[in-house]
Formats: sequence, structure tokens, C-alpha cells
Amino acid sequence: MNIHEYQAKQIFAKYGVPTPRGIVANTPAEAVANAKELGGNIWVVKAQIHAGGRGLGGGVKLARSLEEVETLASEILGMILVTHQTGPEGKLVQKVYIEEGADIKDELYLGVVLDRAKEMPVLMASTEGGMAIEDVAHDTPEKIIKIAVDPAVGFQGFHGRELVFGLGITDPNEQKKLISFASKLYKLYMDNDAEMIEINPLIKTGSGDFLALDGKMGFDDSALGRHPDIEAMRDISEEDPDEREAGEYGLSYVSLDGEIGCMVNGAGLAMGTMDTINYMGGTPANFLDVGGKANAETVAKGFEIILKNPNVKAIFVNIFGGIVRCDRIANGILEATKLTDVHVPVIVRLDGTNAQEAAEILKNANIANIITATDLADGAAKAVAAAKQAK
Amino acid sequence: MSILVNKDTKVIVQGFTGKEGSFHAEQCLAYGTKIVGGVTPNKGGTEHLGQPVFNTVKEAVKATGATVSMIFVPPAFVADAVMEAADAGIELAVIITEGAPVRDMQAAKAYAVKRNMKTIGPNCPGIITAEECKIGIMPGMIFKKGNIGLISKSGTLTYEGTNQVVKQGLGISTAVGIGGDPIIGLSYKQLLAMFEQDPETHAIVMIGEIGGDLEIQAAAFIKENITKPVVAFIAGQSAPKGKRMGHAGAIISGGAGTAAEKMAALEAAGVKVVVSPSEIGKAVAEVLKK
Repeated sequence: MNIHEYQAKQIFAKYGVPTPRGIVANTPAEAVANAKELGGNIWVVKAQIHAGGRGLGGGVKLARSLEEVETLASEILGMILVTHQTGPEGKLVQKVYIEEGADIKDELYLGVVLDRAKEMPVLMASTEGGMAIEDVAHDTPEKIIKIAVDPAVGFQGFHGRELVFGLGITDPNEQKKLISFASKLYKLYMDNDAEMIEINPLIKTGSGDFLALDGKMGFDDSALGRHPDIEAMRDISEEDPDEREAGEYGLSYVSLDGEIGCMVNGAGLAMGTMDTINYMGGTPANFLDVGGKANAETVAKGFEIILKNPNVKAIFVNIFGGIVRCDRIANGILEATKLTDVHVPVIVRLDGTNAQEAAEILKNANIANIITATDLADGAAKAVAAAKQAK
Repeated sequence: MSILVNKDTKVIVQGFTGKEGSFHAEQCLAYGTKIVGGVTPNKGGTEHLGQPVFNTVKEAVKATGATVSMIFVPPAFVADAVMEAADAGIELAVIITEGAPVRDMQAAKAYAVKRNMKTIGPNCPGIITAEECKIGIMPGMIFKKGNIGLISKSGTLTYEGTNQVVKQGLGISTAVGIGGDPIIGLSYKQLLAMFEQDPETHAIVMIGEIGGDLEIQAAAFIKENITKPVVAFIAGQSAPKGKRMGHAGAIISGGAGTAAEKMAALEAAGVKVVVSPSEIGKAVAEVLKK
């Protein structure tokens, strides 16, 4: 689960990680009131969406008067912001964050992520703040410092020294401030079961203070149960409605831009099914894992969600029955076609336990748009052919 | 021969009397697995599925001599269960549960490694030595005995791969589902080394997916250490970047962990890489002929 910048900064503040002062607004009038409350004569109006690259997309603007705050807030609120992370369809901006202007001397990068190879969190830092970190990692990997912290002992002095010397910070006072910043960031990462924190840029001000000018946080979904305060920050308008609906039924769904709907049991086989469709010259319309307990209700829900996508020309149901018996799934498919109107060809491959009985059931039902397949390759080929024919 | 488990392996079940634990323990017993007891706090002294129930893993190990534990406890209690098993001297813990927090697994795995306990999973189908010992949730009847070792991050691709191997007239020595989480126990590298040593295994199937770099590490290891033929499939060639594909660990982050880079590394290590899981069976038959 991801949260907004303003929410990340609330967590930062709780842990004493310094940020510029700011207040979130839902309307231009609120934006002006917030700017007045913050005081000063320069403010930043920042679109709140779950994606990076907001500045380049026109979602972050500087205001030098209260009138300008109002104008910019009116422009940004309600706009469809397109960045390199939103996809071409963009995202609707529903909130803006009004922040006091900051005196930027240097821009750094600081993040915390899980290092899967080391199996511990790693601090990532760079002098190249303000740039896309993926590009820095690709073009100039030597400019990224990685410091793994063993959770058994936590953030130690040497981690801090590696950080400041690595970034070329020589002033002892500045060193102390940045080390304290990083150790608090590590602590809040661990305490809250975060999956990712990214501060880009982390700025050094003219007076030698370090401030989180931006803040992105993502959390381990498996740990949300023990963080009701974090879960309360969920903004469902930022999530794909179909993916969310699928999740409520225990289905794992990701929409893609192809033509063949897929319904598969198991994440690995679901990906493998997509790959096979591609390999045979077709394009998958989605990833859908119905899980280990596929039944009539979940299969019907799966059909319903797949068919919401108008690009779908055929559906490939690929189930390897293990503990779940294929004959029961076949009955589930028949029932599902009664529960929801399936108007495209459905290619069904059921293999594993009781596959023979399942084939009989589907054959005897004699439903015109159900085509049976003997194995994965056969099913994928038939699905690709059916989708081509439907064009 | 086989790797890690066989017909003599004594197994206990943590979360023995729960719904999932009961159902699958019963299936394992029916397969012939020597399940010698289970652990459910406050049910010690009772009997379940004809086996004794203990309050703690220590008591269970002392009374039964079990060396392997199959873990079915709910996600929030997985780390605790793993550490308890390690502390009691269990040699291998097979963690089936899906959804254990990553932070918990960091601590639990480090604890297990320090005490020389091997772990498999979490979020995995388990391990099976064909026709001898099944510790997990896989459909036992498809695993015909033979000479192919299989290592997979995915449950259903384990079944798909096995089924194809069997259709070629071949069979499985041991199959291990290593799990789809960001932090898992035994990985390709260690299991490849075990299969290399196992005289009953003549070829190895390795099924990976997007996310992380375990497959890349495996490629480097194969190049240096593995003489037996290896067939590999990497799921998620058509997966978009930055999207989690069902498994918690199956995500391309920051452009790293793609199927393409893993396939290239494996190919460079001399592995027969197939582009669709539907080619696994044929590829295994081919590499054995060489």
C-alpha cells in the first residue's frame, strides 16, 4: 500500500525527521487559508497523487502571492496529471499540499528499501538529488551509496559515517544533523513495516539544515493488520477499481492492454499463461490468479471483472487442479456462465485431478462458446486463434 | 536417494489442529509421510489424526525424534513458529503459510541460519520426494518417481512442470517449492548443489519468476558447479514493470529483476531456457538424450 506525500510527512514529523511546514487542502479556498496560516511570502502548491514525476508533469508550482496560491490550486485541483509513473491515462488530482518555500542549497537523495539479496534494509543515498534514481543507478552507479543495516543491531555509528563521508559532507555540525536524520528514517521504516521510503530531493538549506522536501512511502501489505493508523491512510481513489474489487473476492488481478482475458490458478502459472499467449502471437488482457480454492462464485466474479474490459476478445481459463478437483471447477464454470453473461469464446484447459470427468462435463453441457483444450500449449493456441477470428 | 526428505523422515506439524493444518496433514499421512505428531498450544496430551499433540516443539521433538516441521500457523505467528522450531533443534522447517510480514521473516530467517536450521518457504507448496514423503500441499498423485529434480518459486508451475515430465515417461526425484516471497529459505543455489550430489537425480528443472536476483545468482553458480543438465523457465516475460504479480516477491522494481535478464544469465551459463512453461517436458527429454 502506498500513501501520499503529505501523509508520509506526517509520519516523518512524528519521528522528528525534519520537513518544511505544510498543510493539505481540498479546495482553492482551503489552499489560501493554509498559505496564510503558514505565513511567509513564497509557497509551493503540490498535487497529491501516488506517482513520482509530479513536477515535470506540471503538478508542482511555486506561488509568490496568496492570489497565485488560489490560481495555481484551482488549476491543479481537478487536473488529470500525467507523469512517467501514471501511464498515459494520468491521475485525477483531488488534494493539494501547500508548503512553505525552502532555501535550497543542495539536493540529495535518500531512500530505504529491502535488499532482497542481503535480506535486510538498505539505505540508498546519492548526491544526485532531484533526478530519477533509476537513471542515476543506470548511468552513474558509482554515485549511489548503499548501506545495509542489520535489523538485529539497528542503525550504528559507522552506518552514519559511511553515509556522510560517502556524500562528501565535511562540516561536523552538518554531519551530525544528517546522521540523526538517517537514523530516524531507518527507525520509522522498521517500526511501520515500510516496504519503501524515498526522499527525492532531501535538501540542504543555506543554513546547513537537512529537510525532506518530498516523501514517498510504501508499506508491506502483509503487515498492515498491525498498523491500523497506516491502514487508515489508504486512499482507494488511487487504486485501480477492478484490481480492488478482485482483491475483495480473494482474486489477484492486474489489467494489461491486450485482447485475451486470462483466468488461472496460481501466480506462477498465471504469468506463464500470459507468456505462452505472447509466445503464440497473442496479447494477454490481464493477469488473474483465482487462488487455490477456485469455486463457482470466484470463477463467476473472475469472468465479470475480465469482461469489464472492452478489449477482451476471448478468455483462456487455465487451471491445473491439484487439491481442487477439475470436475468441480468444470461445474463452477458452467454455473458461472449462468451467473454472468459471457459473450466471448471461452477456452478451457483443465488438467490434473479428475481432468477426464471435467472434460465430459463440459462436453455434455454443449455450450456453444466453450472450447476445450488438452494442455497449456493447445489452450493458448486456441485462445489466440479465437481472438484473431473475433476481429 | 533424493534430497532433504525421504520415507524415513519424521515430521511434526505446527498448527496441527487448525483447519488447513488438519486437512493437509491428513493428506500427507495418506501419502505415506511419517507424521509423528503435532504442536498446538494448550492441546498437549490430546491426540489428533491418530498422532500425539504437544504444547511446544521442544516436547514434540523430545518425544518423537522428529527432524522436520511443517508450519501451517497463521501469518502473524509464522516468525514465532520458525524460531521455536530452530530453538528446539529441528533441522528443516517447511513454511506453507502465505502472507507473513517481511520484517518478521528477516528476523526469523537470520535466527534459523544462526542455529543451522534449513527453511523452505514461506508462501510455498512444500517439498516432495516422489512416492516416499510429501511435506506440503501439492497433489501427491502426479509425482511419479524418477530422476528429475525440480525447484520452483511457484506451486502450480511445479505441478505443470511435473505433469509434463511425467508425460514424457520420466519422473521426479525430489521437487521443492521454494516460495514466492521477497525473503525465502533455501534457494536455487543450495538446492542445485544438493541435486548435483544426489545420484538419483539426472537433470534439474528450475522455475523462476520476475523480482529479486536469486535466478541470476543461480546462473553464476551453475556455470561453476553444476555438471547435470538444467532446464529453466522464468515466468513474467510479459509482466509490466512496477506491478506485483500475485506473489509478494514477483515485482520488477527500478527496472531490475526482469525475466529477460534472468533468462540471458541462465542461457549464458549453459542452461536450456524455454520461453513457455508448455515446453518444459520436451526440453527435459531433449537434454537427457545429449
